[in-house]
Amino acid sequence: MKKHWKMISLGMAVCLAMTVLAGCGDKKEEGGLGAIKDRGKLVVGVKFDTKLFGLKDPASGNVEGFDIDISKQLAKRILGDESKIEFKEVTSKTRIPMLNNGEIDMVVATMTITEERKKEVDFSDVYFQAGQSLLVKKGSPIQGIEDVTKDTKVMSSKGATSVKNIKEQIPGITVLEFDNYQDAFSALKAGQGDALTTDDAILYGMAAQDPNYEVVGKPFTDEPYGIAIRKGNSDLVQAVNDALKEMHENGEYDAIYEKWIGKKPSE
Amino acid sequence: MDFAGAYSADFLLFLMHGLVITLKIALISIVLSFTLGSLIGIIRYAKVPVLSPVLAVLVELLRNLPLLLIILFSRFALPDLGLRLGAEGAAIVALTVFEMAMISEVVRGGLNSIPKGQVEAARSSGLNSVQTLRYIVLPQGLRRMVPPLVSQFISLLKDTSLATAIALAELMHNAQIIIGHSYNYAIPVLLLCAVIYFTVNYLLSRLSRRLENKVV
Amino acid sequence: MNTIYASLLGLAGSFILGTIIAVFRITGSKPLNWFGTAYVEFFRNIPLLLVVFLFYLGLPSLGVTLNGFVSGTMGLAVYTSSFIAEAIRAGIMAVPPGQTEAARSSGLSYVQTMIHVILPQAIKLVIPPLSNQFINLVKNSSILSIVAGFDLMYYGDVIATDTFDTINTYLFVAMFYLILTLPLSYGSRVLERKLARHD
Repeated sequence: MKKHWKMISLGMAVCLAMTVLAGCGDKKEEGGLGAIKDRGKLVVGVKFDTKLFGLKDPASGNVEGFDIDISKQLAKRILGDESKIEFKEVTSKTRIPMLNNGEIDMVVATMTITEERKKEVDFSDVYFQAGQSLLVKKGSPIQGIEDVTKDTKVMSSKGATSVKNIKEQIPGITVLEFDNYQDAFSALKAGQGDALTTDDAILYGMAAQDPNYEVVGKPFTDEPYGIAIRKGNSDLVQAVNDALKEMHENGEYDAIYEKWIGKKPSE
Repeated sequence: MDFAGAYSADFLLFLMHGLVITLKIALISIVLSFTLGSLIGIIRYAKVPVLSPVLAVLVELLRNLPLLLIILFSRFALPDLGLRLGAEGAAIVALTVFEMAMISEVVRGGLNSIPKGQVEAARSSGLNSVQTLRYIVLPQGLRRMVPPLVSQFISLLKDTSLATAIALAELMHNAQIIIGHSYNYAIPVLLLCAVIYFTVNYLLSRLSRRLENKVV
Repeated sequence: MNTIYASLLGLAGSFILGTIIAVFRITGSKPLNWFGTAYVEFFRNIPLLLVVFLFYLGLPSLGVTLNGFVSGTMGLAVYTSSFIAEAIRAGIMAVPPGQTEAARSSGLSYVQTMIHVILPQAIKLVIPPLSNQFINLVKNSSILSIVAGFDLMYYGDVIATDTFDTINTYLFVAMFYLILTLPLSYGSRVLERKLARHD
């Protein structure tokens, strides 16, 4: 028996050693504007599962949406060609790790600017203004955030700000968190919960996908979307902000907005 | 439920893309984990000082952890330690490391099942320990290892589905995307996936039975 | 906590199901034989995640909605039962057929023979592979995290993504799993050795 305990304690020691090692890991700054230009290709993390913003069409294999068009415009302005771009799938859970790993240059993926995230990554200026809302099956007794109690089963995606927000609004509520929004929506359709909560922009896309579902109530938070860039790349942030500004001025932004959201952006 | 819609050519093609990734990940991981697992199994069988007990602890830890945890760890934690892998890389590393531990136990068990008397006889007839392993123990042990090894490979193939948790575009992940398009596709797509996995694994186990007959 | 519940319920469920299927496979009845074989081959050759999804996403479209914990646990039970059925069948086959004949000729019915003569002996042979399956079950219960089953892995994953402190969170979760599985591993090894000594 003594040998077994030795093994267990050795195992614990290994775990501990790894924890210590973890603390020493240093993050190198790389993949800035210069690196992108040298490579001649912009690698952007986008959603593959979010209608209107970034949705992969199984038939054509293309990803389409607001975030995609914005990214292409960025590629055009940074590299002079909107086709010099590669899209990689991110989810709310994977986007920050992938960015900090250097797998992608930036995240254009319905990402809300928050103070906490600012500690991990840098953000561009706001490029889309969303607000958190609720999606329910038509005819549901839930018609807005007022109808949500702590017994309501609400679903969302791991790593999303929506989870935090709703927990703050309704203390004690149970949120079912999934790997991405599409899985959460599948679960809602399977009757596994009462409502799905996230940014209205994403929810409108889901409602457009399946007419049996509708967005109810007024948005109850402000969710300003920003483009996330690895820390320490201020030249890239600047380039993105300049590009966004230019797009606003020459009307391209409005055109993309209207194409996907169906109306002009309100000031 | 919409079988016709779910089995449209586009969706089937999309699932096939997923299957290709599944098979690719499985194949690479099988080769790597078999190589490393055999090596560890032999080292532990030979009781190499220092190395052997360290590996014993490693194997014991890995075997007792959920694979899903190891997959999430390699995807989200390893990068902080300086090891940067894509989704595919993380899946391969996790599957390899986990299955390597399982396979090393199969190999060690197979080698240990050869009676000690044979080893002693071989050594006293002048073979050194490497030769004994190479000519006496390995050929016999291998025979006994084939069935458990193949069932380990089948587990590995099934376990690639866990990589959907890190958004790797393998078969299960693509199935989830199709279900996301319309809930009416849920049962048809899940059943089709079951048929695909079943067919691949059944063929594998058939193959192993034939292999077994040949070796024995 | 749900990890422990799911493991225990999964064990009980898979043991009962597995025993029934094992008996199906060795009875003289052709249809039962066939069903047992099909069941084992089917569930052994598809991923656990798929079984869980069939319960979680598939069943609701047939009008039965089970939450993540229940679907996950049922998926675990059904999946694991196919392995347990095989282990039990092997155990039963190892009991010499002469005993069945003796029992039957001394007036016991088939069911009585099974319960009083064959199964008690088979169980002893079955314990080592069974305890292995139980360890697998504990580890596999982590799959509940994908269907919001509120198990250890689910909370770990949520905390890891919220705090960005992935390494420490996952290592902590790993420690918890080891606390559950390592004693089981050693226990089963000790048990195995004891049983071996009895022979």
